[in-house]
Amino acid sequence: MRNVMAICEREVRSYFSSPIAYVVIGFFSLLYGYFFYALLSYFERQSAQMGMGQPGQVMNINQMLVGPVLVNSTVILLFVFPAITMRTYSEEKRQGTIELLLTSPLTDVEIILGKFLGAMTLYTAMLAVTLIHISLLFLYGNPEWKPIATGYLGLLLMGGCFLSVGLLISSLTKNQVVAAMATFAVFLMLWVINWIGAFVGPTAQAVLQYLSITEHFDDFSRGIIDTKHVIYYLSFIAFGLFLTMKSVDSERWRG
Amino acid sequence: MIEVQHLTKRYGPFTAVDNVSFRAESGEILGFLGPNGAGKTTTMRIITGYMPASEGTAVVAGFDVFDQPIEAKKRTGYLPETPPLYPDMTVREYLMFVAKIKGITKDIKGRVDAVMKKTWVADMSERQCGRLSKGYRQRVGLAQAIIHEPEVLVLDEPTAGLDPKQIIETRQLIRELAGNHTIVLSTHILPEVAQTCKKVVIINKGKVVAEDTPDGLIERMHGSVSIYLQTSGPVEDVQRALQAVRGVSRVKVADTKDESGVFEVDSEKGSDVRRELAAAVVRGGWGLLEMRPMRVSLEDVFVSLMTEEKSADEPAAEAEVANA
Repeated sequence: MRNVMAICEREVRSYFSSPIAYVVIGFFSLLYGYFFYALLSYFERQSAQMGMGQPGQVMNINQMLVGPVLVNSTVILLFVFPAITMRTYSEEKRQGTIELLLTSPLTDVEIILGKFLGAMTLYTAMLAVTLIHISLLFLYGNPEWKPIATGYLGLLLMGGCFLSVGLLISSLTKNQVVAAMATFAVFLMLWVINWIGAFVGPTAQAVLQYLSITEHFDDFSRGIIDTKHVIYYLSFIAFGLFLTMKSVDSERWRG
Repeated sequence: MIEVQHLTKRYGPFTAVDNVSFRAESGEILGFLGPNGAGKTTTMRIITGYMPASEGTAVVAGFDVFDQPIEAKKRTGYLPETPPLYPDMTVREYLMFVAKIKGITKDIKGRVDAVMKKTWVADMSERQCGRLSKGYRQRVGLAQAIIHEPEVLVLDEPTAGLDPKQIIETRQLIRELAGNHTIVLSTHILPEVAQTCKKVVIINKGKVVAEDTPDGLIERMHGSVSIYLQTSGPVEDVQRALQAVRGVSRVKVADTKDESGVFEVDSEKGSDVRRELAAAVVRGGWGLLEMRPMRVSLEDVFVSLMTEEKSADEPAAEAEVANA
């Protein structure tokens, strides 16, 4: 565990000593803020119309504002995550520091977990910034905190999946541009994989639906923690990290 | 202690290291010598556990690098060809990180300070590794390799890119370290081997072509001693006179300059003919301008071993994997 923390600490340090952390967090906050403002304005207009007298309907700030903002913010991840993961392994190979890691008394699992946790730390910092917006809601309204918490949990888990895929792709190439492009393409694919569901027959549709990363997020944004989705995300992350480990290992054999 | 047995590494059809065996006792410095692409780096990478061998075993400090990698790696320090530095970390941060992943738990800070002093990088401790000069990089790389006081040190061209003063200092440091470490160092600089190593393994195209002490290698090349002689006077007369000296087996005219000649005189084994040669020159009334014994250098040994090798195997595998 000490080794994992040492690697994780170095990863975080390197994110924050390069522009990557600031660009990623800045970009994410900007877009998150934009989505937040847009949906808040819409919500405001709706509630104003409601005040004009159309009884019977209940305005729910969780369902109408927080949920959609979180769903929208997952789109931003698609674009900023390749920037986080592209360098994790590629850079080590380019600098030759991979030789230091692989000849130190560390196991492959420790190295990969350290890198993964490092990326997760940066991601958590990114999400932490958005708590400013959420706290404003608490200041002026009375949203329920539980669905918000589950939403953020969902975001963390989903982000973990993307990061594990990103790590895997980064371990496959020395070239950061290639890593970033491939990561983005795979993310997008995982994103839209169930779009063709309607045309491929019921069985295939069910499979594609299950594979789609976003599909599993909906329940979280509504305040539901379904173990099915939690297990999907956790096993996805574990599988991604396992493949990364195999990829690093196979590179060793090939030289 | 390092023991390598029948080590072979293949990359597809290309064999980078072919049945290499050698042994270095503790406290010994073993020089690993060979032209670029001979398989030095590959062998070192296998010893340090960076990559597995296709066949054969490597045992470091009593632990097999493949079966017990963690134990073996705890006892190994490795300086790769390019020092593995993180450009965005300062020297101190970097060494602290290395100390942690090498399993040091107590007094990390003290250890880092000590190692920085030992490798003369203390004055750059707050400089980012990416902004260091080549010489400093190499020394930080060395600091990284010795920070956990490993039993075995593997150094891949430790003096590459250093200026002459730094080279001397680094060799000095390596010799000092040899007391309590077993050191394998690779190089293609021959005097370095002669100066620092007790034992030399010469490798070419993945195969060990010679294993001996530096002096042993030189001796093996030449049984006799040659003498370099420069005189004034008619070249042919001088040559005839020298040839007549007892114990001289051969006199070769290496060069002639208007009134002086340069000779290389081979003597029979065990006989010192310098006195007689001088007397012969004086007797002839010529001037003795220079006389010194000619040393066969390790370069000569090396070149001859390499060329022997070339004529030995006809279909020379020209394919050389860069950095392999």
